[in-house]
Amino acid sequence: MTEPAASEPKVPLWEVFIRARNGLAHKHVGSLHAADATLALQAARDLYTRRGEGLSIWVVPSAAITASDPAEKGMMFEPTASKVYRHPTFYEIPDEVGHM
Amino acid sequence: MTSIRLAETPLLTYVLRRADDALVLGHRLSEWCGKAPLMEEEMALANMGLDLIGQARALYTYAGEVEAKGHDEDALAYLRDERAYRNLLLVEQPNGDFALTMVRQLLYAAFADPYWRAMMASRDATLAAIAAKAEKETAYHLRHSAEWVVRLGDGTAESHARIVRALEKLWPFTGELFETDDVEREMIAAGIAVDPAALRDTWRGTVSAVLARATLTMPEDGWMQSGGRGGRHSEHLGHLLAELQSMQRTIPGATW
Repeated sequence: MTEPAASEPKVPLWEVFIRARNGLAHKHVGSLHAADATLALQAARDLYTRRGEGLSIWVVPSAAITASDPAEKGMMFEPTASKVYRHPTFYEIPDEVGHM
Repeated sequence: MTSIRLAETPLLTYVLRRADDALVLGHRLSEWCGKAPLMEEEMALANMGLDLIGQARALYTYAGEVEAKGHDEDALAYLRDERAYRNLLLVEQPNGDFALTMVRQLLYAAFADPYWRAMMASRDATLAAIAAKAEKETAYHLRHSAEWVVRLGDGTAESHARIVRALEKLWPFTGELFETDDVEREMIAAGIAVDPAALRDTWRGTVSAVLARATLTMPEDGWMQSGGRGGRHSEHLGHLLAELQSMQRTIPGATW
């Protein structure tokens, strides 16, 4: 995490995940600053569910997230580009199956 | 634009009192726009303000129906003078610092939440429906303000001192929450309203639990301010209404 600028409040950053409906997964929607988990949850409610977007909220300290290094994207992600056989596009789907 | 005058029946007065509480407190919260200590809190204050203004709109609309003289929500909000406003003195007190705003919200919401919950059983179907919506909103206002009072009270020496100052300043306005007069008694007897005095123990229990978590002591009940329900306000309401009403008074019926 980078140091906040002097003008910003020195409170931790949190990532917010909202589940819109039952049966769906929580989806990352953004981040916010809050002093602790309880206030982060309230802030998430106030910032990200104003228009009925959610039924459930997760907040996670941004510092708890381990992210891949953008500089390693060649090693990490490019090798899959040549593995077209991993896409299920080489099968004949009988018409009776309909839309998959 | 001249002010409107209302022939107040007990039911009309009763509804206006609750509408004025919600509008005045909602307007106070709207004054934080652009000034809140955190962007997150900016949104929280605006959300709470909008909840309250929504409650006020429903109550004013109903008051207009009760009066049946063609006054809509805007006429009732914008065209009544200070002395015709019936809100609690607590809700018109200026925002002060963030601590004072949160203490004011806590003291009001700790009362309004059980009040609206009890009002869901009102014999007046419109008020019961308004209560059902207001109760959910107010429950969140209570939770949010309580969490901040705990953190500020149990925070730094500076935040603790500010919360103590806010409590001392606002405590004399809490007696009015539980007042009853002839209007309230008539509504209570008719099963339309609930007796606010019956909520005093609930309120004290809620507030004292929050203050204990916040490492604060409950102030002693001393002399209590009174008058808002009868239109006798502190010097602050006139200034608030001047800002709230100036547009409609200058350009009557202006819309956008």
